[in-house]
Amino acid sequence: MIWEEVMKEIKHAMIQENRMIAPGMYSMTLQAEDIAKLAKPGQFVNLYCKGEARLLPRPISICEINKEEGTINLIYAVVGKGTGEFSQLEEGDTVEVLGPLGNGFMIDENKKKHIVVGGGVGTPPLLELVKHLKGEIDVYLGFRSYPILVEDFESLGARVHIATEDGSVDFKGNVLELMKKENANGDIIYACGPKLMLKAVSEWAASNDIPMQVSLEERMACGIGACVGCVCKTKKKEDKDWQHRKVCKDGPVFWHTEVIWDE
Amino acid sequence: MNEKTLDLKVEIGGVVLKNPVTVASGTFGSGREFSEFIDLNKLGAVTVKGVSSAPWKGNPAPRIAETYGGMLNSVGLQNPGVEEFIKNDIPFLREYDTKIIVNIAGKTIEEYCDVAEKLSHADIDLIELNISCPNVKEGGVAFGTDPHMAREVTKEVKRHSKHPVIVKLSPNVTDITEIAKAAIEGGADGLSLINTLLGMAIDIHKRKPILANVVGGFSGPAIKPVALRMVYQAAKAVSVPIIGMGGISTGEDAIEFILAGATAIAVGTANFRNPKATMDVLDGIKEYMISNGIKSLNEIRGVI
Repeated sequence: MIWEEVMKEIKHAMIQENRMIAPGMYSMTLQAEDIAKLAKPGQFVNLYCKGEARLLPRPISICEINKEEGTINLIYAVVGKGTGEFSQLEEGDTVEVLGPLGNGFMIDENKKKHIVVGGGVGTPPLLELVKHLKGEIDVYLGFRSYPILVEDFESLGARVHIATEDGSVDFKGNVLELMKKENANGDIIYACGPKLMLKAVSEWAASNDIPMQVSLEERMACGIGACVGCVCKTKKKEDKDWQHRKVCKDGPVFWHTEVIWDE
Repeated sequence: MNEKTLDLKVEIGGVVLKNPVTVASGTFGSGREFSEFIDLNKLGAVTVKGVSSAPWKGNPAPRIAETYGGMLNSVGLQNPGVEEFIKNDIPFLREYDTKIIVNIAGKTIEEYCDVAEKLSHADIDLIELNISCPNVKEGGVAFGTDPHMAREVTKEVKRHSKHPVIVKLSPNVTDITEIAKAAIEGGADGLSLINTLLGMAIDIHKRKPILANVVGGFSGPAIKPVALRMVYQAAKAVSVPIIGMGGISTGEDAIEFILAGATAIAVGTANFRNPKATMDVLDGIKEYMISNGIKSLNEIRGVI
């Protein structure tokens, strides 16, 4: 067997664009043919900092996949020194990247009325998802002050509903309050955002008997399922017991009924 | 001199590894994830993630915190139990031409012995007795910080194991040689060190520890000087083979440990930064040997 032909590896990807789209939020487009070829909505990539001081990869969800151009787009928040380093990269620079990683959303072709719920920096992976959905799509997005990607969702034919915590754009309040106010309804929910938001929407989904997929986030080391660092608490199918499952390898997308939200 | 003429073989507890490169338990699963990145046939041995008698759920998340040049973990030895391990992981690893070192964990001497006994009938090569995990309250490091306990658990596990036993030592002690000697008195066929250093990180915005478990094991390039010093001290104090580890990410790092007296070396946290780190280390060792005219690592082992 010729190993080199089948092995995965970290690759240097050329940056086509890296710009601020909202305070503290950046959009990076990478030339990454292999990743674009394989990637599905809801998957993520590892980005690596230079040197060993910031040792661990940063897992970043894929916002858009362009298979023809061989590019992927990542939207990330600057939350620390690692993402701060990425924000300083310029067009023509390269960054080490590994992916696609994790399992994406499970799209059920039989569902025709979709509710898509995003919170803050959890919004980006939902854009690629919406491109793959057929039927009616309502996108509910919650932000602190600055909405992102609104026109992008609208250009795909989705109805976009926006909530901001400080009321600076549209509805003042959180995304679930907005969903309730607008009598959100559909036959499936896809959600990504802070855990508290996911928990609240999960309770609403359960009481309205709508199936829901959630994309989770957790502090990771390897991103490939080896370190067992990024776990979430989940119910076991066969009995009443629970288990820790890996967000990176078993997720990041789970059915909301699998997740135990008490932590 | 070229790659073909190098003698890379090392022996631990009567088991011959084709080269001195293995991995640190808990950084490599049972190899499955890494088999997508590297050819496991090229490793001297795969040291698997710790297994216990019954399944362990591990600690709550967050379990990971990055620190300067390193990281903290508080996984807490989450594992499916030795029986699942034997059923699922050994057949997978045996497909490859590499030795299997099984790291075993327990909360009591009886639990350690139970795992060792169950593994006695399994097709593995070596047992690594984990008396050094800082992330489990009972057992684990309690055995690794007390010479009497270290001697007793080693002695009992040796009695229940058909395989040679390596004892993995904790650096969270005042005198590493004291524990090293105690393990040898208990019958250890080899030693591996170091496990992680106990550490902590705080989120100043939330004013809370980053790890749900508050403290965790510190690993990565930042700990290499401590690891190297302890391997050096242990190698001077005992004569059994030592697997050196702690912050190794290059061939040069590995050579330092061998000069300090290590027989073999393990790549740990570097696997998270670079899934091919083991291959880079192996290539680096070979390059050093070729460029320095060293045919066998025996020529330089422990010369410091």
